Amino acid sequence: MSSGSEAEVTAIGSPVGPSGGRRDRLAAALLPPLMALALAAVVGDLLILAFGEAPREVYRLLIEGTWGNAYGLGQVLYKATTLTCTGLAFAIAARAGLFNIGGESQIAAGGFAAGTVGFLLPAAMPALLAVPLLVLAAMAGGGVVGAVPGALKARFGANEVIVTIMLNFIVLALLNYAVSSHLHVPETLHTPEIAAGVIPRLADFSSTFRGSAANLSMLIVVAAAALLWWYLFRTRRGYELRAVGLQPDAAEYGGVRVGSVWTRAMIISGAVAGLGGINYVLGYKHYYEEGFATGSGFLGIAVALVGRNHPVGVMLAALLFATLSQGGLAVNALVPKQMVDVLQAVVILAMVTSVPEVQRVLRAGLRGVRS
Amino acid sequence: MRKLLFGVGVLLAVHVALLFVRPEGASAIPTGEGLDIGIVFDMGGRGDKSFNDGAYRGAELAMRDLGARVRFVEPGDGSDREAGLRLLAAEGMDLVIGVGFIFTDDLTQLAREYPQTDFAGVDLAVSTDSAGAVIQPPPNLAALKFREEQGSFLVGALAALVSRESRIGDRNYTPTRRIGFVGGMDIPLIHKFEAGYRAGVLHVCPDCTVVAQYAGVTPEAFRNPGRGKELALSQYQSGVNVIFHAAGSTGLGVFEAARASGKLAIGVDADQYEEAPGYILTSMVKGVDAAVFDAIKRVQDGTFHGGIYEFGLADGGVGYIYDDANRALIPDSIRTRLLSLQDSIVAGRIPVPTERR
Repeated sequence: MSSGSEAEVTAIGSPVGPSGGRRDRLAAALLPPLMALALAAVVGDLLILAFGEAPREVYRLLIEGTWGNAYGLGQVLYKATTLTCTGLAFAIAARAGLFNIGGESQIAAGGFAAGTVGFLLPAAMPALLAVPLLVLAAMAGGGVVGAVPGALKARFGANEVIVTIMLNFIVLALLNYAVSSHLHVPETLHTPEIAAGVIPRLADFSSTFRGSAANLSMLIVVAAAALLWWYLFRTRRGYELRAVGLQPDAAEYGGVRVGSVWTRAMIISGAVAGLGGINYVLGYKHYYEEGFATGSGFLGIAVALVGRNHPVGVMLAALLFATLSQGGLAVNALVPKQMVDVLQAVVILAMVTSVPEVQRVLRAGLRGVRS
Repeated sequence: MRKLLFGVGVLLAVHVALLFVRPEGASAIPTGEGLDIGIVFDMGGRGDKSFNDGAYRGAELAMRDLGARVRFVEPGDGSDREAGLRLLAAEGMDLVIGVGFIFTDDLTQLAREYPQTDFAGVDLAVSTDSAGAVIQPPPNLAALKFREEQGSFLVGALAALVSRESRIGDRNYTPTRRIGFVGGMDIPLIHKFEAGYRAGVLHVCPDCTVVAQYAGVTPEAFRNPGRGKELALSQYQSGVNVIFHAAGSTGLGVFEAARASGKLAIGVDADQYEEAPGYILTSMVKGVDAAVFDAIKRVQDGTFHGGIYEFGLADGGVGYIYDDANRALIPDSIRTRLLSLQDSIVAGRIPVPTERR
C-alpha cells in the first residue's frame, strides 16, 4: 500500500500530486469504485444464494430490467437525474466544509414551487417562456430553504447539520399542510396539473422509450453539473469556497469572508437540490405530489460520498445507484427489494473506506490497538 | 495499488464462480398456464401487519385455493409505482393490483394503455365531475373501496362504553371520558377513520372528548413505531384508557405503550390481537384480503369487470373482531348495544360522517 499512497491522493477531485503519472492517477480513480462494485457483486451472490435463488438468473434480470432495454434505461436515467441533483447539492456544500442534510426538504420545496407556480400560470403562456420560469421557480424554492441554515451558520454559528435536519421536518410539514388542506385535487395528494408548459419526455421523440419517465430534464441537470464544475474549479469564488472547506481559518486570514461563502454555498446547494424537483414535477407527472422525492435527498448524500464530491463522480455514482434502485424492482419477484439496499450499503462502505483520509484514521486506529 | 488490483481480481473470480451455482428449487419467472396475478404494494410495504399484509393474505389464499401464481413488487419512490405496475402489465399478468389510494392516477393511466389486462386498486380514489356525478374508472379497472367510517364508528362507541367501566378483563381502570386516537399520515383517508370514530364516541357519550393525534405528515408516518409509542404513552398518561390507531406499523408502538401502561388499544385493518394479547380490545377490520381474493376469483371465473366495488358493514367488508380471544374484554351489555348500533347503521338510521368537522 505504501507505494500507492501518493497516487491515491490524486483520486478524482483531490489535488494532483507532482509525481502522479497519468496511468497512476487513472488507476487511483478507478480502482476503489471497481473494488466496491466487485465486493457488492460477491455480497449480492451470497445473499441471493441465501434466498435459495440462482445468482446468474437474478443478475440477468437486473441487467435486462435496467440497461437491457430502452424502457429500463429510461427509468435508470430518470432516477439518476434526481439523484444527480441531490448528490451535487450535498457535494457543493461539502466542498465548503458544510454538511447539508436538508436535501430531502430542499428538493420537495423546489418541486412544490415549480408545481404551484405552474398551475397558476395561464395555459395560454408560451412553453418557451413558462418552462424556464418554472425551472427558476424550482431553484428558488430549494434555494430559499438552503439559505436559512447558511445564513444562520454565517451569522450565529448555528450548526448546519442540526438546522438542516430540523428544517426537513418543518418544511415537509408546511408543504403537506399547504397541499392536503388547500391545493390538492380532491381524493388525491397532488396539486392540479400544470397547463402552461412542461418538459417533454423521451417517449415524445422515440416510441422505444414508451412509458418511461425519462425526460429532457436530464439535459438541464447535466448542464447544471457542468456549470458547477466550472464554478468550483475555474472561478475565484469557487476557489474561495474550496479554501473555506479545507481550512476556514486560513481562508479567512487570506482575506476570504467565510460567512458569506457559507451562505452562498448553502443557497447554491439548496437551489441545485430544488432543481431536482423539475424531473418529477415538470418532466414526469406535471404536478407536485406529496412525498414525490422521499428518500432521494438522503440517497444524495451517499451519491456524493461515492462520487467523491466531484460533479463527474456524482453523475456516475447517481447512474450506479439508479441502476441498483431500478434493478431492485426488476428482481423483486425472486428476492426481496432489501437485497438491493444491502448492495447500496456495501458500495457506500467500500467507497468510504477507500478515501485516503478515512484510511489514515483507520490505520492510526489499528496502530493504537496493536501498541 | 497492486494489492487493490489483486483484491478486485480475486473478488471478480469469486463472483464468476458463484454465478455458476444454481441452488435446488430456484424458481423461474412464472409464465404459461394458469392465472398470473401481480401486486404492487404501498410504500408502507409488506410486514405492516395490517393493510398491505391484508392484500398479501388475500393473494396467498388465491395461490392456495385457485392455484394462481402471484408476483409482488415493493416500490421505493414515487416513480416506482408506475414502473412496478408497468413491469407486471408488460409481463402479461391477468390481473394487476395496486394497494393504496396513491396508485389511483397510475392505475387509471395503465388501464387505458393495456386494455387487455385487468386492473384493481385497493382504496382507489374515485373523482367526481363538476356536476358532482361520479366519474367511473375505465372498464378494465375495479376500484375496491371500503366504508372505514362505519367500522370506526362501532369501535368508537365500544371505546367510549368500555372507558366508563372500572373493571375490564382482570384489570382495574379509572373510568374516563377521554378517548384516544392515533392516526398515521395526516390525510383525508385517515381523517375518515377519525371522523367515524369520533361520531361513534359522541353517539354513546355526548360529553366525551376524543384526543386525536397524528404521527406525521409524510408517508413515513405509517412506519414509525417509536413515534406511535410516544404519542400513545402521553395519551394514556393524560387519563385515556382506550386508543384506536389507524397508522400502519406505527400502531405497533401504540400496542407497546398499551402493554407498558396496562391499558387498552384497538387494532386496525386486520385482527391484531396477537401483537399484544390481553391489551387489544378489538380490531377494526377491513376485508382487504376478501376483496383482493374476490377480485382474483372474478378474473378466474371470467366475471371481472371494471367499476366501483364498495365494501361496508352490510356485506362484512368492514367490522370489528369479537371472538374467544377478546370476549372477556367486552361485557355482554356493551356487545348488545353495538349489535343494535350496527343494525341502525346498516339500515341507514344513523348517518356516519366521512369527514372531520
